[in-house]
Amino acid sequence: MKIRYFAWVREKVGVDEETLDLPESVTTVAHLISFLKASDERYAMAFEEQDAIRVALDQMHVEHDEPLGVTQEVAFFPPMTGG
Amino acid sequence: MADPAPVLATIRVQSEDFDAAHEANLLAQGRKDVGALVTFTGLCRDEGGRLSALELEHYPGMAEAEIARIAEQACSRWPLTGLTVIHRFGKIAPGRNIVLVVAASSHRRAAFEAADFMMDFLKTRAPFWKKEHLLSGESQGWVEARDVDDEDAKRWT
Repeated sequence: MKIRYFAWVREKVGVDEETLDLPESVTTVAHLISFLKASDERYAMAFEEQDAIRVALDQMHVEHDEPLGVTQEVAFFPPMTGG
Repeated sequence: MADPAPVLATIRVQSEDFDAAHEANLLAQGRKDVGALVTFTGLCRDEGGRLSALELEHYPGMAEAEIARIAEQACSRWPLTGLTVIHRFGKIAPGRNIVLVVAASSHRRAAFEAADFMMDFLKTRAPFWKKEHLLSGESQGWVEARDVDDEDAKRWT
């Protein structure tokens, strides 16, 4: 699955995108965040304030309990500050 | 009388500057049904002389798609004759343009409200992030989202 990071999430993770093979047990956004946090300190730092992190699946905003389903691209980013 | 054709919003995400007056004219020229044209331009402030620039990061693809989803809601909620949204990315100096919304309608209320609605949701839903660059040369860090922007967006629900 392709995972993209933006703004300070990107800076903390240290890459702007990566493709990961996920275990079958990872079925929701929240599972994915837990999986990433357990895999490396960089993710633990980036997702420290987990509730503040926004998520998009295939470029649509979703909540953390959303199933990953057949998603091709996940994106994690801080609350938006455009406009 | 048949319903008017649905309005197709013009949406652009670009690093180049835009000409607000030109974009507004495009929504009015050659028509006689436009009675109200609201143009909102958001500019980069220097925050009391502190900033040398704002750097806007965006999520290419999703930025356009999300703005289109917001614009679609605006077009179904108000009887607009035209809607243009331009959002810039990259490094923007104080005094320069960041975002443009032009809403056209037969009557003023729809044009005012649609432009206001677009800006509230551009701020809270469109995937853009601002980083401050200081005159002192250092990078100050990311602008934090403001609760008041979420409150503003809730006015429409």
